[in-house]
Amino acid sequence: MSVEMSEGNIADREIGVPRDDMVTITRKIEFSASHLYHNPAFSAEENRRVFGKCNNPHGHGHNYTLEVTIAGTPDAKTGMVLDLVELKELMEREVMQRMDHRFLNYEVAELKGMIPTCENIATVIWKLLEPKVRQGKLQRVRLYEAPDLFADCVGDIPQRKN
Amino acid sequence: MKVTLTRRYSFSASHRLHSDAMSEAENQSLYGKCNNPFGHGHNYVVEVTLAGAVDPATGMIANLVDLDAYVQKHVLADFDHRYINEEIPAFKKIVPTTENLCIEIYNRLKGFAGAKLDRVRIEETSRNSFEYSGNA
Repeated sequence: MSVEMSEGNIADREIGVPRDDMVTITRKIEFSASHLYHNPAFSAEENRRVFGKCNNPHGHGHNYTLEVTIAGTPDAKTGMVLDLVELKELMEREVMQRMDHRFLNYEVAELKGMIPTCENIATVIWKLLEPKVRQGKLQRVRLYEAPDLFADCVGDIPQRKN
Repeated sequence: MKVTLTRRYSFSASHRLHSDAMSEAENQSLYGKCNNPFGHGHNYVVEVTLAGAVDPATGMIANLVDLDAYVQKHVLADFDHRYINEEIPAFKKIVPTTENLCIEIYNRLKGFAGAKLDRVRIEETSRNSFEYSGNA
């Protein structure tokens, strides 16, 4: 018995039980950057007291690890929540090119006027990525400043389709 | 979108899993080698997660120096290099599983004034972990 298939139903028949399960994918990158904590509204003494050694005027650096998680339903044709190549290029363009080997206080426009803490950098990264995720939904941005310290930005969990 | 800050700490301690509510044989059967009467030890990792608004003046949910001091005083000073069953009063009657350790440590840290405690996650070994977010 031969079965006729149009392009549209290959996915449904061969891959495709309806894909209404939510799945997350996570991609990790590392970048290196320097920063310092200093609030011009504080006195020198207050800056030293609040920020400690992070207030060193010359700055200091970290190897940051960034994990970006996208949630969604795998596409019936491709089996993907979002093409990892697309996610890789997005993170390269929005994060690596902006922040890798930069002095965050002076060279990243989005951080101007903010103290570049882990919380604030993660929030800036969330705002850069969130509107540009074409498929699925940005679920979490986790930024490690060091292996023992990280900040998370977490979105609402997308609802299942049915 | 919610922002949280997580700091990882570690301590080394010994424990023994044994419940007075069960017979020797039942304890042995349930807890296996963790029931060894002399106890045994782990390098525990405690992840403490804080939630709250980021203060625009400091860029911080909470000052880590304050959190480090609080965790040192209320958790690490008591637990590090101790036998949990014998030296932590809360575990005189409660089995020191890592589930119960999460609850005890959460309760010790929830009074931190710098920000709201979101959750405590403990790795007993690199292959198992436990998490508690309070009963609210």
